Amino acid sequence: MPFRVETFDRIEDAARALAANRNARFYGGGTILMCAVNAGSQSFDTLIRINRNDLGIIRAEGDRMSIGSGVTMSQVLQSRDLDFLHPVAIAVGGPAIRTAATVGGNLYAAAPYGDFATALLALGAEVQFGGDGGSAMPIDQFLADRDRHRERIVSNILVRRPGDAGSFRFRKVTRVKPKGVAVMTLAALLPRSRSGIRVAYGNMAPTPVRAAAVERALEGANLDEAGIGPALAAATRGLSPASDALASQWYRQEVAPVHLKRMLLGQAG
Amino acid sequence: MAKKPLQFNLNGEDRAVFVADGENLLDTLRRGVGDLTPKFGCAQGTCGACTVLIDGEPRMSCLTLSETIGGSRVETTAGLGDGGKLHPLQDAFMRNFSAQCGYCTPGMLMAAKALLDRNPAPSRDDIVQAISGNLCRCTGYEPIIRAIEEAAGMARGATGAGR
Repeated sequence: MPFRVETFDRIEDAARALAANRNARFYGGGTILMCAVNAGSQSFDTLIRINRNDLGIIRAEGDRMSIGSGVTMSQVLQSRDLDFLHPVAIAVGGPAIRTAATVGGNLYAAAPYGDFATALLALGAEVQFGGDGGSAMPIDQFLADRDRHRERIVSNILVRRPGDAGSFRFRKVTRVKPKGVAVMTLAALLPRSRSGIRVAYGNMAPTPVRAAAVERALEGANLDEAGIGPALAAATRGLSPASDALASQWYRQEVAPVHLKRMLLGQAG
Repeated sequence: MAKKPLQFNLNGEDRAVFVADGENLLDTLRRGVGDLTPKFGCAQGTCGACTVLIDGEPRMSCLTLSETIGGSRVETTAGLGDGGKLHPLQDAFMRNFSAQCGYCTPGMLMAAKALLDRNPAPSRDDIVQAISGNLCRCTGYEPIIRAIEEAAGMARGATGAGR
């Protein structure tokens, strides 16, 4: 099936065209959509893109960083202001993927992808849309109803730097080193005060999700073997991960506490 | 469907072609321009056989929408050598028996070139990271890593850098 590409100068015009065509998808870096195009996908027939790279800007906005949805993983790695996200960006694909894969695209990436979105979920980011007055939405809400937002264009993501050094943790579990698709991804924001804790999993559900039971168990807890015990016991409560070529549901449920422990205690391996 | 005109620079030469909507750069290079050095592997960005450099950065040409590269500088393995003289990377690959079937080699060479252009004295870990998006099912990677280390050393020797 032939595909049509519509190119716009302004995000407002692109957003209008996207909203008006159910068979259209927004083209960011191409690392997800071009796979579908190459495979002759029947689920869409139009690619909508923006000519100017207005979406590729990283800037400070008050106490938060604004990351344009068109910012690539390579750009994240080159940004000193986003150093807390470097361990996340380097975990996405190889170098030739990172030069194209965008932060905005990662928000929409289906499991087993979406490592960056998992990190943003742990960090409590907000998603801002272009072409509709710039409304912002908590990333939790965005991910919970992600398919509904396919008809909108994310312009940028707002994220606070973690307040305490070392309070943001990220772990991607793969079978192949140094680069592989995630069996699961874990990310956590663990403020020294032990309040406002956020823990997120990738690839343990169709979209990145918070581990609410783990978060509750960690409130006020010491990050040592004894303190994290209740959190490990609750590691997969309420989660029903998929079985796929990388791992079975059983395996994911069995190893999640192991990797959660390593992340919380800052252990290697 | 009408095709769109596309102009870009390929290995130092200006090119003008027409591309179809949705056409990827790998098809444009192989079918449109006739540069057969980037290989078709998976069409999913997994194998790296189609790796080229766009404005100096490594990219999977199979995942690059052709019309997005207008005005860009594209480098492929076809442009690596200088006439009959091999690029130091090609030379090192040959000496270290870094190719068996050879299908991954053009992508490996471009991934390695992207690394050495940016970092002339890479560590072994830098090299492993640089080729982490390129699959080789023959060599076990060690001869490729050795060749890149050797090419880096040759280039440093030639320029006097790193002394």
